[in-house]
Parts: sequence; structure tokens; C-alpha cells
Amino acid sequence: MRQMNIKALNKTTKSNIVTYGIVILAYLIMEILMRAGVVSSLLQGLLVPLCTYVILAVSLNLTVGISGELSLGHAGFMCVGAFSSAFFSKCMQEVIPVSGIRFFLAILIGAAFAALFGVVVGIPVLRLRGDYLAIVTLAFGEIIKNVVNVIFLGKDSRGFHISMKDAFSMGLEPEGEVIINGPQGITGTPNDSNFLVGIILILITLFIVINLVNSRTGRAIMAIRDNRIAAESVGIHITKYKLLAFTISASLAGVAGVLYAHNLSTLAAQSKNFGYNMSIMILVFVVLGGIGNIRGSIIAAVVLTLLPELLRSLNDYRMLMYAIVLIATMIFTSSPGGQAFRERYSLKRLIGQRKETKEAE
Amino acid sequence: MALLEVKELGISFGGLRAVDDFHMTIEQGQLYGLIGPNGAGKTTVFNLLTGVYKPTDGYILLDGENITGKKTIEINQHGIARTFQNIRLFDELTVLDNVKVGLHNHYSYSTLTGILRLPKYYKIEKEMDARAMELLKVFDLDQEADYKASNLPYGKQRKLEIARALATEPKLLLLDEPAAGMNPHETQELMKTIRFVRDEFHMTILLIEHDMKLVSGICEELTVLNFGQILTEGETSTVLNDPKVITAYLGE
Repeated sequence: MRQMNIKALNKTTKSNIVTYGIVILAYLIMEILMRAGVVSSLLQGLLVPLCTYVILAVSLNLTVGISGELSLGHAGFMCVGAFSSAFFSKCMQEVIPVSGIRFFLAILIGAAFAALFGVVVGIPVLRLRGDYLAIVTLAFGEIIKNVVNVIFLGKDSRGFHISMKDAFSMGLEPEGEVIINGPQGITGTPNDSNFLVGIILILITLFIVINLVNSRTGRAIMAIRDNRIAAESVGIHITKYKLLAFTISASLAGVAGVLYAHNLSTLAAQSKNFGYNMSIMILVFVVLGGIGNIRGSIIAAVVLTLLPELLRSLNDYRMLMYAIVLIATMIFTSSPGGQAFRERYSLKRLIGQRKETKEAE
Repeated sequence: MALLEVKELGISFGGLRAVDDFHMTIEQGQLYGLIGPNGAGKTTVFNLLTGVYKPTDGYILLDGENITGKKTIEINQHGIARTFQNIRLFDELTVLDNVKVGLHNHYSYSTLTGILRLPKYYKIEKEMDARAMELLKVFDLDQEADYKASNLPYGKQRKLEIARALATEPKLLLLDEPAAGMNPHETQELMKTIRFVRDEFHMTILLIEHDMKLVSGICEELTVLNFGQILTEGETSTVLNDPKVITAYLGE
């Protein structure tokens, strides 16, 4: 019986090691392919955004899958992380010339600001549940994006100046520099992120989320998801753990934002990168990969980002095919028929059968 | 001094007086029953005791401490644990993890320790595993420790709920219709388990039940509720033979 316990522990550990392994393997394969020069520049340009999406998908899975709250404002937290860190990097470009240290600090700042927004948004919003929570988080995400769009922030010898109107009303000295220029955003962020950094951040995100889930805190969070009243009756502090999960999730989305911002020379808050389209896309990654399934959301993020590129040759039919693939995946993973099929032909079972017959012999 | 002392407890929902002038004294180690026809307010009394509802009148003393109007979490920490009429397990968690959630407040390490997997994490998790397995063994659930809670058969789910409640180390255990939906054989087994819990853990148990065989079999004292008020109380055999009680259940 003790043994059974150890076996159970090993099962989760094993599955986690596989998850880490997939990420590292994917990195090595890409690295080799790039060395060999078979990767198109288009695909190379897609690698850092891909890492961003994977981090976003894993972090949203913490809210949607583990904590069981439907949040549609994830892009908003990414936006906070992106702008706060880009602002920091731009200001510190001369002060800290070593890009590694600067980027490390930028990540901490992006994560901290996103976490702060997570708490501020989470306290009122987490009183709601289900669809209502989704609607309000959606609104908060849009508010964050739109507020960022009207911020003008400049620096001159007298310090920082801020305005919500336009760049002139800041009253900068002639040699002053506009850092955040409203809808035009931040230009000239140092290009500190690359594929390797992205992969490392994915691994750190995985480490945080997986270890959190398999700890006392994670159990409490999942207990609240499964049955709020019962969780309360055994002495679990509902608000505390819900807020904790939401904040960690927001802060990881902030890290994704940092990665995203430092891959672009111009960072502007548009609806295509920080709007609800993005939030919903992240949710699609999570749902398609399986709610609560962390490895699944990684794979879904990668496949769904690469799919439109791979289908490029189909031109006009591209988005049509994209939709068909989505529907097919859902049928395959969730319909009773699909599940029965998977069960009958699952790799594990086929291998298991072989083992059993061997043992019988 | 009595373990639980309830005086003049009452609650109104708008104009409806759901429970009125309720009183109850339970001694340490007693097996106490709360019975009454449907809608008499039994579960409401449980919800008042566990802080789900705040009483409009009266007070509740647990071990001499006033716990009236406290929150559910605080009341659990003071030492009242409960099960539910309609089973409420953490369905997606394993049987073992369900009990470990019950141990939450007794074995503690910080979230950061958990994420960074510091030595303390392994030490405490091991202790929790050992303690949880011990409890599961008592309820003969140790073979199913790795199952998802929702995959357990009905009778075992009931047992798991009791195990989870006991994991919070309560002074008083409230069981809300533990035999509901059980067949006679399962009920027999449950009676054994309840008695065992009382003797093994020196637990004080208050239970709501409709199954009169179970009530007369294990309860030492009873309180009968009808329309939110106490109809009668006292020793089980006397109460069950009281014509007032029979009328309340069966009508004139």
C-alpha cells in the first residue's frame, strides 16, 4: 500500500518530466534545424511569439483549469507586463548596459506590475462567478488596453511628466524625450528577448504552475473549484486562495508580456495584440488543449500558432481549414465516440496489452 | 461542562421563522440525534451551527467558547466539522487528496515553499500522506487512495466525507443524513463505522437521520424538531415512543 502511494507520486512526477522534456526537445530540434538553415525566416520570427503564447496558455490554465474561473481579461495583464517592463528597459538602457541583467530586472518588474493589477482587479471581480466573471474580466482587459492608449509619459531634466491628453501638454523641455507616446506606444525598446530566453521562461512558468498545483496551496485551490461549500466547511479560506491563483496567473501573463515587448521595436496597445481577440485566442488554446491539462495547452498553443502559417499555401481557404481543424479536434477529444476510439486505440493500452501477454507467457 | 450548548437559537428568513427557540446540550462523547419530518428545520440548525447562516437570536457555546455568528472557516477551526446531505466531495481530486485538503490547517507550509520544493515541502507532504492514509485505513478506503473521488461507489463516498471531516480534527462531528440513499446492508455497516468513530476518536457526534433503525440503533439521546420548534427531547427509546412524535411523523 505504501508502494502504491509511491507509484502514484511517480506517475505525476513522470508526467511532469515528460512535459519539461517536450519543451526542451522542441528547443533542441528547432536549434538544430536553424543551424542547418532549413527554417524559414518567417518561422524564425514566429518563435518568440510562440513562446509568449505558450506562457500565456499555461498561465491562463491556472485560472480556468485549476482555479475554475473563466477569465477573458488575460491579454490585459499581458499588456501591463509589456508596458511596465518596456518602460523600464527604455529608461535603463544607458544605466544598465548589460542586456541580461536589464532583461532579468524587466521580467521582475513586468511580473510585479501584472500581479499588482491582478490583485486590484481580482478583489472586486472574484466575487462573481461563471459568465458574469467572464464579462467583467473582459471589460477590465479592454479598460487596461484603452487606458494605456491615452497615456503620454516623457522624461526631461526635471523628471517624469505624464499626461492623458497629448504629448505637448506634458510641457517637456526641448531636449526631453517622449517614452510612452499614447496610441503610438513605446518605440525603441531594447531587443533583449530571443528564443532561448523564451524557452527558459516557459520552463520557469511550467515549474511554478506544476509545483503549485501539486502542493498544499494547489490542493486548496482545486478543492474550492470542485466544491466551494465543502472547502469552506473544512476550513479553507476561499477568497485568499482564489485571489492567489488569479494573481499568480496574472503575473505569469505579465512575464509573457515582457517577452513579447522585448521582441518588438515598437510596442503599441492595439486590439490585435492586447485586446479581447487575444484573450479569447488564449482561452482557445486552453480549451482545446484540455481545461486543466497543462501539457495540452502547450501543444495547443504551438499547433494553433503554426497552423495558419502551415496552411498559408491554401490562401483563401486558410481560415476555413483552421476552423475545421478546431472542430475536428474538439470532436476527437470530447465526443463520446471520439473518446471510445481513443480508449480503444490508445498507445498506453496497446503497450499495456503487450506487457500483459508477455507476463502471461 | 457540556461540549455544545445551544440556547434560544432562532433564525428568520424574511417573515418565515425557520427555527425558533432551539436549545440543545451535548456532552463530550455523546451520540446525539436530531430528527423530525421533512422541512422541520434540521439542516437549518446544522447550517446555524456551522456558520452558513447567522442566527437572528440565541447563542452557541462550543467547549465554553461563544461561536455565535462566526464564519464557517472560524467555526471549523474551533472544532466543528460536518458532512452534507447531498454528498459534497472534491470530485476531481483523488481520495487521498480529499483527506489531505481536510488536513490543510494542521500541516502547514507556505506557497513559496511548495513552488520551490524546499526540504520542508517533502517533509510535511510525507507526514500528510501518512496521516491521510491512516484515516483512510480506518474507513477501509486505503485501497482506493488513488481513485478520483467521483469514481467511488456511493457508500464509500459517504465514508470519505466522514474521513475528510475527521481530518480537520474536530471536537464535534455533524452528520447530515449519513444513511440517505443507502441500502440496509450499507446502513448496517455505516452504523458500525459511526460507533467506531465515536469510540476510536472519542468523538462527539450529532446526526440528522430519517432512518429510524439507525437512529434507534446508535443514538443515545434525541431532539425532535417540528415546524422549526422542539417537539420533545430526551432518551432515544422514550422519545421514539412518544405519541406526539408518532403523530408528527405519521399524522393523526
